[in-house]
Amino acid sequence: MKGLMAKTTLALVISTALLSGCGTTGNKAEGVPADDQQTSGTTFGAKNTGTLTAEELAAQQAETARKAEAERMARLAEAKSKEQAALRAIRTFYFDFDKYEIKSEATLALSAHAAFIAANPSVKVVVEGHADERGTKDYNLALGEKRAKAVERFLIVNGVARNQIESVSYGEERPAVMGHEESSWAKNRRAVIAY
Amino acid sequence: MIVKNVGWFGFVMAGLVLTGLCRAELTIEISEGVDNPIPVAVVPFANRSVAPLPDDVRQIISDDLQRSGEFTSLDISRMLSLPSRGDEVRYRDWSLVGQSYLVIGDIEYSQIENVYSIRYELYDVFQEKFVVGQKYVVTADRLREVSHKISDRIYETITGVKGIFSTKIAYVTLNRDAKGKDDYRLYVADADGRHARMLLQTTEPVLSVAWSPNGQKLAYVSFETGRPAIYIQEVESGNRKTVSAYTGLNSAPAWSPDGKYLAMTLSKDGNAEIYKLNLETGQLQRLTNHYAIDTEPSWSPDGKSIVFTSDRSGGPQIYWMGVDGERQERLTFDGKYNARARYTGDNRQIIYVHQSDGAFNIASLDLSSNTQLILTQTPLDESPSMAPNGRMLIYATQRGRNGVLAVVSLDGKAKYFLPSSQGDVREPSWSPYVN
Repeated sequence: MKGLMAKTTLALVISTALLSGCGTTGNKAEGVPADDQQTSGTTFGAKNTGTLTAEELAAQQAETARKAEAERMARLAEAKSKEQAALRAIRTFYFDFDKYEIKSEATLALSAHAAFIAANPSVKVVVEGHADERGTKDYNLALGEKRAKAVERFLIVNGVARNQIESVSYGEERPAVMGHEESSWAKNRRAVIAY
Repeated sequence: MIVKNVGWFGFVMAGLVLTGLCRAELTIEISEGVDNPIPVAVVPFANRSVAPLPDDVRQIISDDLQRSGEFTSLDISRMLSLPSRGDEVRYRDWSLVGQSYLVIGDIEYSQIENVYSIRYELYDVFQEKFVVGQKYVVTADRLREVSHKISDRIYETITGVKGIFSTKIAYVTLNRDAKGKDDYRLYVADADGRHARMLLQTTEPVLSVAWSPNGQKLAYVSFETGRPAIYIQEVESGNRKTVSAYTGLNSAPAWSPDGKYLAMTLSKDGNAEIYKLNLETGQLQRLTNHYAIDTEPSWSPDGKSIVFTSDRSGGPQIYWMGVDGERQERLTFDGKYNARARYTGDNRQIIYVHQSDGAFNIASLDLSSNTQLILTQTPLDESPSMAPNGRMLIYATQRGRNGVLAVVSLDGKAKYFLPSSQGDVREPSWSPYVN
């Protein structure tokens, strides 16, 4: 249990690092060639002979290193993108009975949704809140809304614009699973991000 | 007001009102009665015409009295005589079989006028005297109605409390087909579950049904546009209007006793709060202001306060406040879950959903003595609604895999079920006195 928590935390740290990487990738990509152009500009403009000077050699090595780094970044980006897509496949988030706090294990996937929605301003989502059948219908409607709003707030805090999200509560009216026992109830206390 | 996707479900029969009788009637099944019910003998009414009667008046009266839990009706097979006129009554025949009261009567059909004359008489067996009697002249389609009226008169004469046999109940049914498609219907039926009439049909959830104080309209929440909205519908004409369709929640409508206001829960300002809408001017007043859930308002019969559910203490509990939101105070302290309170007609008690040992039951709380009484024992009981005479309440419960309606007396002793032939029945609301 403790190991799992540690792993989750580590994954969260990595993911967060990747996330911040994602946000600044554009700037770095532009930044690197700009430095290069300056170096190559002075080098190639001055000479054009068959022999490599120490300067040219250094430049070539730098170029190789730059390519390798670019490839590494691309691979990382791809892995990250796959990981993010996999996280975004998680669209249902569960809650404890009569609670509307987001569970810690939900934050990774929610962050992935937030990053994607924030990066795609034309995307709009509906967050549906639900409750299990226990208790009263109108209280459960409000409870479902609290759950939907908790997810909505998480997304907004993580960069999503307000006008990209709508929350709607169905209370206990639309159970995911029929059944009158805890295993069914647990699956029905949920918020779902619908794209 | 709803930001997007209005009309998603435009194909549902929004506003389409289907009238006429249908087969979704509920039946009655008595499970428990009070310890010492009053024994009453209802003798078959003599038919003074040749044609058979369209309704069994004796059976309707007997069922009504029996269902109240306060009476036990003598089996016809145990009757020693079958009088239909006063001069035929021999009190000894009834005291011998332990009866306190005797009901006799006859029915005559006039072919010329196409009407039925129904006459009943109530006798006190102990005191050996005539108590009350009356004659009604009605068309065939009103025989049941008159039978319930007679039950009301008998009940009130003996107990001193107004009868509820002529009142109505509203409820919602849900049927889910093999493909998972939902069919929600809103019905109004007689208090005994008969004469069910459909007022609304939609594929989206319908809930929170509330009778107007004059018994002519229903307020309810429907998701038929894809989002929740509050509607008010006239029962007789079927006409209806949307009264609240703000962004977010529009739920838990509750009429003020004078019918001028509708309290409701809205989240248009960001969080579930209670508001009151002036139905004449359209003016909306906010009554609560708390980051917790505030919902399920209900007016006291004297019009001076509103009870509601709030989880401001960490879980749902019942509070009350003045009708402008002033003096908010907590009322329930026993247990972690108390919600959806309704006042009894005398302002002295509230009934609500109470959780204990994992089960959700209907409970009552005496507001002066703070005594709580748990009235039901099944695990998933909800939506209690008081009968207008304050003696009984109707609520929703689970039986097998289906939701059914049940009625329990306020002392918890008498109980009966109103099972439906198919599907879920839920969200019952007991009408006020109609006449």
